Amino acid sequence: MKTIIKNARVYMDGKLLKRELLIDGKKIALIAEKIKDKADKTIDAAGAAVFPGFIDLHAHLRDPGQTYKEDIVSATKSAAKGGFTAVCAMPNTEPVTDNIASVEYIQLRAKEHGSAKVYVIGALTKQSMGEEISEMATMKSGGIVGVSDDGKCVQNARLMLSCLRYAANFDIPVIVHPEDYALAGKGQIHSGRISTKIGLSGITALAEEVMIARDIMLAESAGARLHIAHISTARSLELVRSAKERGLRVTCEVTPHHLVLNEEACETFDTNTKMKPPLRSESDRLACVAALKNGLIDCIATDHAPHADFEKEREFDHAPFGIIGFETAFAVLYENLVLTKQISLANLVDDLSKNPAKVLNLPGGTLKEGAPADLCIIDLKGHTTFDRDSIVSKSKNTPWLDKTLATRVKYTFMNGKISYQDE
Amino acid sequence: MNPQFLGRNVYDLDDYSREEIMYILEAAKGMKEINTREYKKIPTLRGKTICTLFVENSTRTRMSFELAANRLSADVVSFQASVSALQKGESLQDTVYTLNAMGIDLYCIRHSSPGSPQLVHKYSQRPVINGGDGRHAHPTQALLDIFSIWEKLGNLKGLNITIVGDILHSRVVRSNLIGMRKLGAKVTVCGPKTLMPGNMENVYDCIVEYDLGRALYKADVVMGLRMQLERMTEGLFPSLEEYSKHYVLSKDTLKYAKANALIMHPGPMNRGVEILPEIADSKQSVIVEQVANGVAVRMALMFLILGGKA
Repeated sequence: MKTIIKNARVYMDGKLLKRELLIDGKKIALIAEKIKDKADKTIDAAGAAVFPGFIDLHAHLRDPGQTYKEDIVSATKSAAKGGFTAVCAMPNTEPVTDNIASVEYIQLRAKEHGSAKVYVIGALTKQSMGEEISEMATMKSGGIVGVSDDGKCVQNARLMLSCLRYAANFDIPVIVHPEDYALAGKGQIHSGRISTKIGLSGITALAEEVMIARDIMLAESAGARLHIAHISTARSLELVRSAKERGLRVTCEVTPHHLVLNEEACETFDTNTKMKPPLRSESDRLACVAALKNGLIDCIATDHAPHADFEKEREFDHAPFGIIGFETAFAVLYENLVLTKQISLANLVDDLSKNPAKVLNLPGGTLKEGAPADLCIIDLKGHTTFDRDSIVSKSKNTPWLDKTLATRVKYTFMNGKISYQDE
Repeated sequence: MNPQFLGRNVYDLDDYSREEIMYILEAAKGMKEINTREYKKIPTLRGKTICTLFVENSTRTRMSFELAANRLSADVVSFQASVSALQKGESLQDTVYTLNAMGIDLYCIRHSSPGSPQLVHKYSQRPVINGGDGRHAHPTQALLDIFSIWEKLGNLKGLNITIVGDILHSRVVRSNLIGMRKLGAKVTVCGPKTLMPGNMENVYDCIVEYDLGRALYKADVVMGLRMQLERMTEGLFPSLEEYSKHYVLSKDTLKYAKANALIMHPGPMNRGVEILPEIADSKQSVIVEQVANGVAVRMALMFLILGGKA
């Protein structure tokens, strides 16, 4: 099967170039100004841009165990609609992905029924209970790309050191969601102006910062590869900067919502503004944007976290943390950061493709001949409305519900096949 | 009937202008007179149904709302549940759907979660009076406090009002700050640093003091807040005794305030902890009168929101 994409502008080396692109089987066969080959299918992408398929290092697919929220099929469809061709599945499933059988289940489901590639993150500790090291070396031989207990941050520093040393032994990246539980307490939103005003208990920025400081020190001692998930405060970024300056193998990611929203969004008590880490102060947000621009932040990840209506539709205190992110990620960032000239288009695209691939050493992320045909075609002048009917994730928990944002994904290709097509 | 108030929600006082607050106080003054009559009832809300939906225990506030409704001749139904029961069983959404099907015209809600009154309105499409939502707001308490001051001292503009105690956990303080600042009072909040939220000056344009003497200096009104024992186990202060030593309202500490300063407390009081009986029971104290004013203020709100006929 050969497909030619015509009249497009193709994203290469940070620029959009007038090129045509030939997909042959699973690969990109040719990128040239004019392609004369005969093809089975020709896509006229006039006015649109072709980008490498986006790669998300941080997502909750909820499968197995909580398939009323999402499953591998719906999650990867949702990812494809957002231009993603690969996502990393966090291990907080039921049961926890802490063994080779669970890893293989996800890989198999994704391979057979998925609309995107799924890379598995294994649990750092057994059942993510923070008590014993998981069989991470076995899981690595089964293909996991990193280990993490994510939202169940290991509080015991001695065990964490041991996990980091063990992971270093097998060269497995360790991903942390830094949070000191005692400091975070029963906090619901960022501890700041808005928590004071509306009386929701606060999560102090220190809960994140103290844990990042700890984990950087432990990782340094262990010689481990540390990736900090969804970083959110200015002081956290300072800690990462100093670690990088010392030459440590520390990387970090930021979510779209921490780049464009701040604590003020919580003032309406919309439970779709409730997530961990919480939406921070405006100065923290600005620090994240600056760090995205200067490369201190390595990449963007969505932290796609589906929750059903009946779970989110309740008192703020009792609603779960998290929002979905695949479908809105590019649109939200393009509209709020690129159109407003705060970051360049290349900065956004690289941080969604090439750079996340580099962090976890994943294939893909660039458009070049011979590479897997993982790409998306986006109309940058188009618009997308994110209403209940058009969101393909099983869950609709997003602060951008019913909002219309710039850009429209027209096609997504995964391994040379159309994984999403705009109707 | 004043159409300006018809069907309005009372989530907090920030939705109400200075003039509207004054209008409510005037209305409450009329209601207070009714409460002194031999037959304490007017027929104005006959045929209306008011629901008190209390998902957090509070006998006093619920009684005050129910008395207010009764005196306006509304029918009153009462729903009481603990948060844990609601957590396990029916959601707040389903509870409100169920109650609403029975034909409720106005909800008065108390809940431990901030923002719950907004949810009740969203699910019921009926006006809601917030009877206290977590640490967030307690607008009827603030209105009755402001009414009590206004009745005794007149216009609040330029008055020095000092509120002492656990500011962090107090919804009473938050609503009072909004209302009192709107009416032009100068408000000082005082308590130990561990019980003081950040950004207070910035959010409420008030003065923050950690020293009681400084906070009380030249105060026209002094309000004590209930100090809860559980804050000790949360590691926020060491003992009631030590707290009392530094923050109790007594004859001795009140010497910094104006000689005839009004003494207030939203109740229930811990006598001997945040306030000494010599102050609570003094001639300057309006603590008991605050309770009476609560009924009047709640009557006024119900009357205005449901469009009662005068």
